[in-house]
Amino acid sequence: MASGETQTASEYIQHHLTNLTFGLHPENGLSFAHGAAEAKDMGFMAIHVDSMFWAILLGSIFCWVFYSAAQRASAGVPSGLQNFVEMIVEFVDNSVRDAFHRENVFVACLALTIFVWVFLMNLMDLVPVDFLPELAMALGIEYQKVVPTTDVNVTLGMSLSVFLLIIYTSIKSKGFGGFVGELTLQPFGKWFIPFNFFLEFVGLVAKPISLALRLFGNLYAGELIFILIALLPWFIQPVLSVPWAIFHILVIVLQAFIFMTLTIVYLSMAEESH
Amino acid sequence: MNINLTLVGQALSFSIFVWFCMKYVWPPITAALSERQKKIADGLAAAERGNQVQEQAEQEVAKLLDEARNQAAEIVASAQKRSGEIVDEARTTARSEGERLIVAARAEIEQELEKAKAALRAQVGELVVAGATRVVAREINADAHNDVIQELAAKI
Repeated sequence: MASGETQTASEYIQHHLTNLTFGLHPENGLSFAHGAAEAKDMGFMAIHVDSMFWAILLGSIFCWVFYSAAQRASAGVPSGLQNFVEMIVEFVDNSVRDAFHRENVFVACLALTIFVWVFLMNLMDLVPVDFLPELAMALGIEYQKVVPTTDVNVTLGMSLSVFLLIIYTSIKSKGFGGFVGELTLQPFGKWFIPFNFFLEFVGLVAKPISLALRLFGNLYAGELIFILIALLPWFIQPVLSVPWAIFHILVIVLQAFIFMTLTIVYLSMAEESH
Repeated sequence: MNINLTLVGQALSFSIFVWFCMKYVWPPITAALSERQKKIADGLAAAERGNQVQEQAEQEVAKLLDEARNQAAEIVASAQKRSGEIVDEARTTARSEGERLIVAARAEIEQELEKAKAALRAQVGELVVAGATRVVAREINADAHNDVIQELAAKI
């Protein structure tokens, strides 16, 4: 709680949970939002600059690291970074092979990107909550939310992409008729089409929603607890934040892994007919 | 917690990262992995082959050693046979040579004997004639009885 004596606890929390929003305000025009209310007024035509910045930065780091490892990849004895990258690639490849019973380069790349990227975005949660916002403040940036996965737009953006891929894969492997049939003709046969459709549609839509909200919820809650710990007197903070951070190491890997595994499972389910 | 364009931006960057991964990250790494797998498999196969070759070579060596041993034994046996033959030959040669020498010596002895006999015969004739001359000097002429004396001398 370093940002000024006049700030109350709820203001501090509010500040930490507000994205840096840039968009079309009805009154101010194209501008950065000053506060949550203005951001709300902007509606859909706005963008969270901080989320996008960190997400793209971390994604680029992922691409750069893996690209440099791929450039040096050889059949000889691997060392250091190459070894680490190969380990992750093999792990993802095995997961995909287990689900698809064959090689599937597209799904494997999708899974690899999800796993590493989500992990890196989650990892930002372990940066002490005040470091980067204070730094941004010093640079004149009002709001800064550094963990992209605590922004529901980010997780939904990924899960909706996966959702589109699920529908695309379904239609591609079963045909449009097959896809519609799967939605309407089970579990109770053709006399219960509305009921079947209701059940299956909920099941279908639940996939991206649960995918997005699981990741968002876990990370949001984790971040909130870090913020709450930061509100306590300084001598108690390490006692609580260190165990929570250690526990969180597990959470961030687990959530990245779950997102990846469920994506693979959903896509393999979409490919095979029931 | 507003839903806004960030969602679209995130989906876009997501697809770009996946595309990048498919194009520049995944193929080289998996290629290197499978190549290494092949290399290791080849190495193991080569080792296996090497072992087999060694085993074969050992068998070959054992066979060659056996053959060599047999040959050596054969050579020794034939050498022994040959030496026996040579000894036999030498013995026969020596025997025939000895016999020949004996025959030659005997012929020489015969000759010498013959010579001595001839000498003796000549001398005996003279001696007999001399003796007879002395005996007969008192009674008979030597010339008259020469044929009888010659006859006697031939009987020696």
